[in-house]
Amino acid sequence: MATISVRTRDGELHSFEGRVGASLMENIRNGGFDELLAMCGGCLSCATCHVFVEELPASASLPIPSIDETELIEGSDYRQENSRLSCQIPFDETLSGIVIGIAPED
Amino acid sequence: MTPDNLTRSFDCVIVGAGHGGSQTAAALRQSGFTGSIALIGAEPEIPYDRPSLSKDYLAGKKTFDRMHLRPQDFWGAREVELLLGRHVSAVDPTARTVMTDRGEYFSYGQMVWAAGGDPRKLSCPGSDMAGIFYIRSKADCDALINVLPDAQRIVIIGGGYVGLEAAAVFREIGKDVTLVESLDRVLARVAGEPISRFYENEHRARGVDIRLNSNVASLEGVNGRVSNVILASGGRIAADIVVVGIGIIPSVGPLIAAGAEGANGIDVDPFCRTSLPDIYCIGDCARLKNGAGIRIESVQNATDQATTAAKAICGELRAYDAMPWFWSNQYDLKMQTVGLNFGFDSVVTRGDPVSRSFSVIYLKNGAVLALDCINSPRDYVQGRKLVDSAARIDPAALANTSRQLKEIDLVTS
Ligand SMILES: Cc1cc2nc3c(=O)[nH]c(=O)nc-3n(C[C@H](O)[C@H](O)[C@H](O)COP(=O)(O)OP(=O)(O)OC[C@H]3O[C@@H](n4cnc5c(N)ncnc54)[C@H](O)[C@@H]3O)c2cc1C
Ligand code: FES
Repeated sequence: MATISVRTRDGELHSFEGRVGASLMENIRNGGFDELLAMCGGCLSCATCHVFVEELPASASLPIPSIDETELIEGSDYRQENSRLSCQIPFDETLSGIVIGIAPED
Repeated sequence: MTPDNLTRSFDCVIVGAGHGGSQTAAALRQSGFTGSIALIGAEPEIPYDRPSLSKDYLAGKKTFDRMHLRPQDFWGAREVELLLGRHVSAVDPTARTVMTDRGEYFSYGQMVWAAGGDPRKLSCPGSDMAGIFYIRSKADCDALINVLPDAQRIVIIGGGYVGLEAAAVFREIGKDVTLVESLDRVLARVAGEPISRFYENEHRARGVDIRLNSNVASLEGVNGRVSNVILASGGRIAADIVVVGIGIIPSVGPLIAAGAEGANGIDVDPFCRTSLPDIYCIGDCARLKNGAGIRIESVQNATDQATTAAKAICGELRAYDAMPWFWSNQYDLKMQTVGLNFGFDSVVTRGDPVSRSFSVIYLKNGAVLALDCINSPRDYVQGRKLVDSAARIDPAALANTSRQLKEIDLVTS
């Protein structure tokens, strides 16, 4: 079982079982978190799937963000060191236990 | 109508379960709306991502289960009743009811009309034959995908975003593609000339036969199935299938019949209220009365207007003023648009189109109105701020790519 924990904007943490093979964005959406708009459907055009990676399992690593992802994130007023676009991160077993926060809406 | 033939009664009835309708329901709950909500949709599917239809779904790169805007159980959990496969055919603003094509009546306290649009149909002789396709719904797209294995020669009618995206997909899977556009450039209604010429060159370089200034006079067929597109100039183009992308007609008939103001779209105020009491209208079929009085067809517009309407229903009147943006994907080209270029009086090309990464900036009276950015997310995010502040910048400075947009000084005058 591979779990994902999502902190919603009210600060609450929710854990659920993720679907391996889908992106983190799709998992958050499928988890019913309507705060994440993901308006472009995951095609790296909108940055409305912005999350903060709060905790990463010790052995796990995330794919390096593409230049496009980095530049889109730079447009956010809420950008942090740990900002990512969740549609760009495929979810797999190694990420089980990841904790992410949904960034405020720009 | 008598109360006893009312099937059900809801505090809020949303007509149309696309991008706008589904977001209205979600935003109502987020805003604390505790009344009952019905989301009535003509399509049989739960709300899904429409832009993927002409992109990854048509290309076979994305399965439908990955296009649901929300999971199936989301709607139940939010106590939103999904009433799918029903077309609302009449609205009675006095009795406060809607009637569906199944003969059901639903009464409403508040209503949000989010019915989008139907593809504009070809009207020339022969346009009722088999082998002619549109791309608006999943059903449209599935019908097209089903015949693709047997269709080699495809004629696309209309050089808008949908037609161009479909052309890109068809070339990628090795079809012969001819694109017929009646105006003198593709994307003429939405983009400036440098963008049009760039996409024409890209598509031609990949083998699309683009015919500009070409009107379709008729379609010819064999045994009721299309076989040739006949141009007004007399030209004939052989076609196994024809794909039509010539825009939409807003789905507003029942609301206009009920007395709502509007014509090509329903007129709404900045809170998305129509002229009828407690009826809102959002998305592709809503026409904002202030400003240019235009309809905007984008996911951003439908989603943000949904939130505006939901807030208004919850008593929070906040005028719609979201920053417009849009995207299109063709081949390896990602276009992002910010702002609306209506009424621009000059354009600046920033960067060299040959490099396949550049932006076109639209100005009016020297102020930045909008940008179209091709493979250039940096200009897109930095350009947003210029649009937001209607920045006045020397055009030569805008064109100078040795400095980022955020580093350019404003014209001080
Ligand atoms: C192929 C394609 C590609 C696109 N690509 C992009 C893109 O890249 N980026 C972008 O921003 N936008 C894109 N768009 C536009 C975008 O999809 C629309 O702007 C958006 O879907 C509008 O949302 P809406 O809620 O107004 O309408 P829709 O999403 O069309 O939803 C309306 C729904 O109402 C239903 N309906 C209609 N009449 C009735 C009735 N009387 N009773 C009940 N239900 C009814 C319809 O069946 C439909 O399901 C694209 C559109 C298409 C067709
Ligand atoms: S969903 Fe649009 S960039 Fe991730």
